[in-house]
Amino acid sequence: MESQLVFNGDQAIAFSWKQIDPDVVAAYPITPQTIIVENFSDFVANGEVNSEYVCAESEHSAMSICIGAAAAGARVATATASAGLAFMWEVLYIASAMRLPIVMSVANRALSGPINIHCDHSDAMGARDSGWIQMFGENVQEAYDDSIMSFKIAEHMNVRLPVMNCIDGFIVTHSLEKFLPLDDAVVKKFIGDFKPVRPLLDLKNPTTMGPFSFTDYYFEHKYQLVEAMNKAMPVIKDTFKEYGKITGRHYDVAEGYRLDDADYVIMAMGSTAGTVKYVVDQLRAEGHKVGSLKLRLFRPFPAKEIARLLQGKKAVAVFDRAISIGSTGPVFPEVRSALFDVKDRPKIVNYVYGLGGRDVRPDELKDVFKNLMSGNVNELNFMGVRI
Amino acid sequence: MSASLKELSKQETRFTEGHRLCAGCTEPIIARQILMATQKPIVVSNATGCFEVSTSIYPYTSWNVPWIHSAFENAAPTITGVESAYIALKRKGKITEDIRFISFGGDGATYDIGFQALSGAIERGHRFMYVCLNNEAYMNTGIQRSGATGRGAQTTTCPAGTCIPGKKEFPKDMTKIIIAHDLPYAAQCSPHNWKDLIEKASKGFDANGPAFLNVIAPCPRGWRYDPSLGVEMAKLAVETCVWPLYEYENGKYALTGDSKRIAEGSKPKKPISDWLKSQGRFSHLLKPQWASVADEIQQNVDKKWGELLKLCQI
Repeated sequence: MESQLVFNGDQAIAFSWKQIDPDVVAAYPITPQTIIVENFSDFVANGEVNSEYVCAESEHSAMSICIGAAAAGARVATATASAGLAFMWEVLYIASAMRLPIVMSVANRALSGPINIHCDHSDAMGARDSGWIQMFGENVQEAYDDSIMSFKIAEHMNVRLPVMNCIDGFIVTHSLEKFLPLDDAVVKKFIGDFKPVRPLLDLKNPTTMGPFSFTDYYFEHKYQLVEAMNKAMPVIKDTFKEYGKITGRHYDVAEGYRLDDADYVIMAMGSTAGTVKYVVDQLRAEGHKVGSLKLRLFRPFPAKEIARLLQGKKAVAVFDRAISIGSTGPVFPEVRSALFDVKDRPKIVNYVYGLGGRDVRPDELKDVFKNLMSGNVNELNFMGVRI
Repeated sequence: MSASLKELSKQETRFTEGHRLCAGCTEPIIARQILMATQKPIVVSNATGCFEVSTSIYPYTSWNVPWIHSAFENAAPTITGVESAYIALKRKGKITEDIRFISFGGDGATYDIGFQALSGAIERGHRFMYVCLNNEAYMNTGIQRSGATGRGAQTTTCPAGTCIPGKKEFPKDMTKIIIAHDLPYAAQCSPHNWKDLIEKASKGFDANGPAFLNVIAPCPRGWRYDPSLGVEMAKLAVETCVWPLYEYENGKYALTGDSKRIAEGSKPKKPISDWLKSQGRFSHLLKPQWASVADEIQQNVDKKWGELLKLCQI
């Protein structure tokens, strides 16, 4: 094991790419993802990687290049954020439908308008139906670990789906933290050699990719994606286990913190999950039975695991760093649906928070727990907005 | 490359019969001629459009070579992705063959929605040949105007009304715009001169960097002429100088085929009225009410032709 490094989240992801040395990286710079592509450009310029690196003229083209490269038989990585992910939206669906194991880091950032460069999850939530696996990391260590595990998951023969590993813009992408990298050889061994499936560059077996699928086949093609996503869940869990064995860092699709005997729970994704743990400790010290649940995986959605972990709790606040305007935050209805059929269903409420990078303060989270404990809480709440 | 018809007829069929393009469509004629222009293995990308939907209806395919379709506006970045993978895998010793890469897109995909992506791909210097199958409108979706549609032509989004006689604007000069990228090779071509087209395609395939072919592709449905006359329509486009045949090779312009003969005076330049009379899309322009539009089109053809002669130093 290498010694501890101090990197920000973007640097850690770029570093993981250096170790993985993908065949092709195609990307377009966008704040707060830019450090990833800048660092990787340095690796290319200094001959530290063997990758073919393409600086596309837009995110739409970056993903289109990734699609062509992955279809050709290459291991491919890219990264984006916010408007860039939105611009890719059309081709995200094509990447997954072609079953191309592209890995993309997303530095979560608010969508325009108004234009804003800071963190929320509206970019990734806009892509939730695109057939991509979506993981959310809390800190620099998880940014690095998720990046490596993403390749293993995407390329598994039962899966062959693209993976988005998401980290909070600026909060994780630009914050320096200590983390433990793996040795290059350990990374290479963990992800293994890339095995293309019916690649375009197999000239002896010419393949037609992306054909026109009419009413007679389109539905079946989509259903195959459903099946692949279902099969991804055990692969993701196995990958977490295998990674845990070599690193000692044991991840799960949904991770409870002081949850077993807790009555009141805040559930969050990304960096906020860390702040919640800090507040849980404070309230525990005061004798309150509170806990938290960090969602590491949004697609496939771990409904069974969430139902098992939250069954019997008194009240749960589901935190959404995005809003489906006209409805609630996007995570909330999925959690409520997951718990609909369980006995001892908790009261479940939604907190929309942190849009456009609005700070998430411990005292605000304490108030949320206090609201949960008092029972005096709305179904839909907006934390920290001036109304 | 100079090839005889006899030699070309012996080549393997890369694009097969059984596709569902319209009777009289000139796109398969053009594609076959171009695919004959190299003996190297090829990989094809295709933009959404007539040529794509008609040749890849699942579970069938007309393609005996590796072929990929992704979306409407990204045929160029898609093939450059394939080319980038090829470079990477060749560097790592996983591929040994010498492969050529080609994209087909209609004028909508090329002049309009995929313009930025094509420009970016050419600027980055990828080695691929982009072929615009230019039928001068969005034909796949039922004849809507594009940036390639000619002044006065009627389409379903620029109809010939009582106040407005079809498209108000002249087409953008896409070939010149591409040439402004200063790429190794670009050309305008027509399927009626197969030898010229194949020679240009051959140069494009062998160019050490991006190449661009803009090929006039008459469409009987959109242009409104008898489906048996597609090749004649392409010829007429050249004879009227609506569609001059020329190439740009290593910084130099040169006229070719009938356009060269017209410039040299060995062949007459036909009047625009011959072009307008031949197609239903221009029928309204024959009314006295719109005579001035026909004059404007002639003036524009003459202006563009004069500019081209200067570029070719004639």
